[in-house]
Amino acid sequence: MQEFFVLFIGAMFVNNIVLAQYLGNCPFIGTSKESGVAVGMGGAVVFVAVMAAAITWLVQRHVLVPFELGYLQTLVFILVIASLVQFVEMFLKKMVPPLYKSLGIFLPLITTNCAVMGIALICQREEFGLMKTVMFAFASGLGFMIALVLLAGIRERLAVRRLPIAMRGTPIGLVMAGLMSLAFFAFKGMI
Amino acid sequence: MIVTSGLTLFSIGLGAAAILGVASKLLYVKEDPRIGLIEDNLPGANCGGCGFPGCSGAAAAIVLGKAPASVCIVADAETSIRVAGIMGQEVIEREPELAIRDCAGGSRAADTFHYEGALDCRAAHQLYGGSKSCPEGCLGLGTCARSCPFDAIQMGLDGLPIIDPEACKACGNCVDACPRGVIGVSGMSARLLHLNQNTDCLAPCRQKCPAQINIPKYIEQIKAGDYDGAVMTIKDRNPLLVTCGRVCPRPCETECRRQFVDETVGINMLKRFVADRELHSGSRLTIPCAKDTGRKVAIIGGGPAGLSCAYFLRRLGHHPTIFDAMPKLGGQVRYGIPEYRLPKADLDWEIKGILDLGVKARVNTKFGVDFTIETLKADGFETIFIGIGAWQASGMYAEGEDLDGVMGGIEFLTAHALGQRPEVGKKVIVVGGGNTAIDAARTCVRLGAETTLMYRRTKAEMPADLEEIIGAEDEGVIFKLLAAPARVVGDENGRATHLEYYEMELGEPDASGRRSPVKKEGSETMMAADLIIPAIGQKPDLACLYEDGDEGSCPLETTRWQTIVADENTFETAIPGVFTAGDVYTGPDLVISAIGDGRKAARSMHYSMMHGDVPISETTQKTMIPYTLFKEIDAMERKERAVMPHLCHGDERVCTFNEVEGAVSENQALAESERCLRCGLICYDTDSAAEARHFGNTTK
Repeated sequence: MQEFFVLFIGAMFVNNIVLAQYLGNCPFIGTSKESGVAVGMGGAVVFVAVMAAAITWLVQRHVLVPFELGYLQTLVFILVIASLVQFVEMFLKKMVPPLYKSLGIFLPLITTNCAVMGIALICQREEFGLMKTVMFAFASGLGFMIALVLLAGIRERLAVRRLPIAMRGTPIGLVMAGLMSLAFFAFKGMI
Repeated sequence: MIVTSGLTLFSIGLGAAAILGVASKLLYVKEDPRIGLIEDNLPGANCGGCGFPGCSGAAAAIVLGKAPASVCIVADAETSIRVAGIMGQEVIEREPELAIRDCAGGSRAADTFHYEGALDCRAAHQLYGGSKSCPEGCLGLGTCARSCPFDAIQMGLDGLPIIDPEACKACGNCVDACPRGVIGVSGMSARLLHLNQNTDCLAPCRQKCPAQINIPKYIEQIKAGDYDGAVMTIKDRNPLLVTCGRVCPRPCETECRRQFVDETVGINMLKRFVADRELHSGSRLTIPCAKDTGRKVAIIGGGPAGLSCAYFLRRLGHHPTIFDAMPKLGGQVRYGIPEYRLPKADLDWEIKGILDLGVKARVNTKFGVDFTIETLKADGFETIFIGIGAWQASGMYAEGEDLDGVMGGIEFLTAHALGQRPEVGKKVIVVGGGNTAIDAARTCVRLGAETTLMYRRTKAEMPADLEEIIGAEDEGVIFKLLAAPARVVGDENGRATHLEYYEMELGEPDASGRRSPVKKEGSETMMAADLIIPAIGQKPDLACLYEDGDEGSCPLETTRWQTIVADENTFETAIPGVFTAGDVYTGPDLVISAIGDGRKAARSMHYSMMHGDVPISETTQKTMIPYTLFKEIDAMERKERAVMPHLCHGDERVCTFNEVEGAVSENQALAESERCLRCGLICYDTDSAAEARHFGNTTK
């Protein structure tokens, strides 16, 4: 049990997928202008990361390893995740319209999200079991969401502050992301 | 190895494609093809002005029937028609709306501190509510201009946003962006229904005017030579401007800040100037009315309150019918104000303008005799307005006042206006100091009688307008001041011959602040008179409301002044759907008050018919806003006030009923409009501000 807890906290804070591992920077900067959008995007990442990690785990275990195709891991994962997201989008639109309404416009963005890809690859590298994989993916997704929402809150305040023109928008967003990243390093001592 | 890799990836790709292909068949969601068609027709601005998330959201809402085809605020009428065509619907026309900035301050308004924060009004507003000394005015940092998706707003040199009416689509983004409510989006109906709010940019004159006319705006329009625009500005609040231009005692001018420099601005002479211009132009300006609502409304009483109420209801799209007991509409304005102050032909012209909008009138129809509230309701009138005025003259409480040769002031004026030629004889005594008394006295002079005006206080305490008192003096009315009637003495035929009166002296100030007159004992004196006209007050004649004449019960609550009780905000009486305003509600008051209350009642009637309840705002302005009242203002160059010309003199004046006062000339009007300080809540044009405006600034 303690093992799971450490894994959870570690994935969420200590090894935060975006602030400690620098994955998924494009959506991190791109969708952090408003906190409403950030929550939607964060939710979508959690959802897709869990699905993708589970599917890729199955693919790895039942396709790539038995046929000794481990060197195709990255290519196959891209293919699988892209198809998965497309499938999930169609599925939600038909079966769960309310969820589609809140996540719908973000799903296509995640097709090529390296955070999702990264989570899937880390799970394989660490050789987690299926249960741990799902757990890790969920916690990492949550970590992404936390970072995204925090940055959005900061950037909303920055939008009405006086800044040199050159620093407005993305530049100050990147500076803020960097400072947040430094702050998150403080969690390193936790485990 | 290459072959294995290629084959593997190919087969996984093929598998994924197959799954997705099957899934897209299985999971196909039928999307209405009309959504795409409509979206193609919408402008694609994604401004959110319609209240839906972007144009695709709007298209989906139209198809679902949640929004009308005209929901898009950016699209022109043609687009709406095309969209409606796709949906197979009829287009419901939307009233055109525009963003309007209501602040005259800008760079004139002083700063209370030096602000160095973000150049954004919302941020500035968070710091002690902004650096401007005015708590409501524009902060001038241009957040609205940046928020406009159509580039319709530019910041002017005087620190105020300038809205381009051509480019504005009334999306409301600027309204959301402004932290102070300086910018509002409104169309004609909203404008007519708006009551002064404490947060509006209310110059003192605008706060004081009982009809809430936007006085600074129409003076600005006159200054710019836009006389028609000025007329329309006034007509948004007052349909009887020809009348008020002549008879209004100008409460607004008592608050004018110019009086602390030299004299007040001649606001009413400017109103009369533009009103007369339309009157003599030979054509009428077109008054827009909202789309028909098909609702019938009954207006009982065609006086200023009733006419105003009918006019505003008509402009809001309803169908009012005015019922009046007299042969012609106008009420006290027609029957209480003599010809020499307000020519009947001009009044007829003005009333015709209201009737031409589609207001029906039924004259010689007496409330309580020819119809009642019940019959009106049975005839399909949804709401009813009672504006029957105050037509009963108060008595003198003097012995013998029921003798022949004693006639109440309002009765006398009405009889004269009806052409009944009341017998005045050689000597007339008019008792009272109000406008009715002066009107009666000046009428008697014109009928050839030697007229004495008896008043129990001095001239300084007279409630009548100063011009009227001076006019009466000029025309030879004899003033018998500090005298009160004791009894009327008659001959053996029961006809009054003399009035016995007491001499009075002024004692201690009473509750109203005026020094109350005290009788001098033993000072009774007789004065000969052929006609005695007591004009000391009027009250509403409510007999028509009683179910069985005077003795029956009245369905409405009344006060001891014989006025009807109604809600002070909504003007609704104890009977739901029955509203009131004017003299019958307030007791005898000004024409402009009746007009203003008539509009407020019309507003309540509109809301009660269309929405079921009347919205009441806590910030509605009711009294003068204390922080806007100054006792002195910064030094200004003195400019002389224009003088109203007289149209007739000498014998023509005292022997005929030709109009006495004329209108000012165009040059005089322009000079007078230049005297206006363009006040806002606390700002106004000082000399330097006026100069800055003159050189190279382009407001408006």
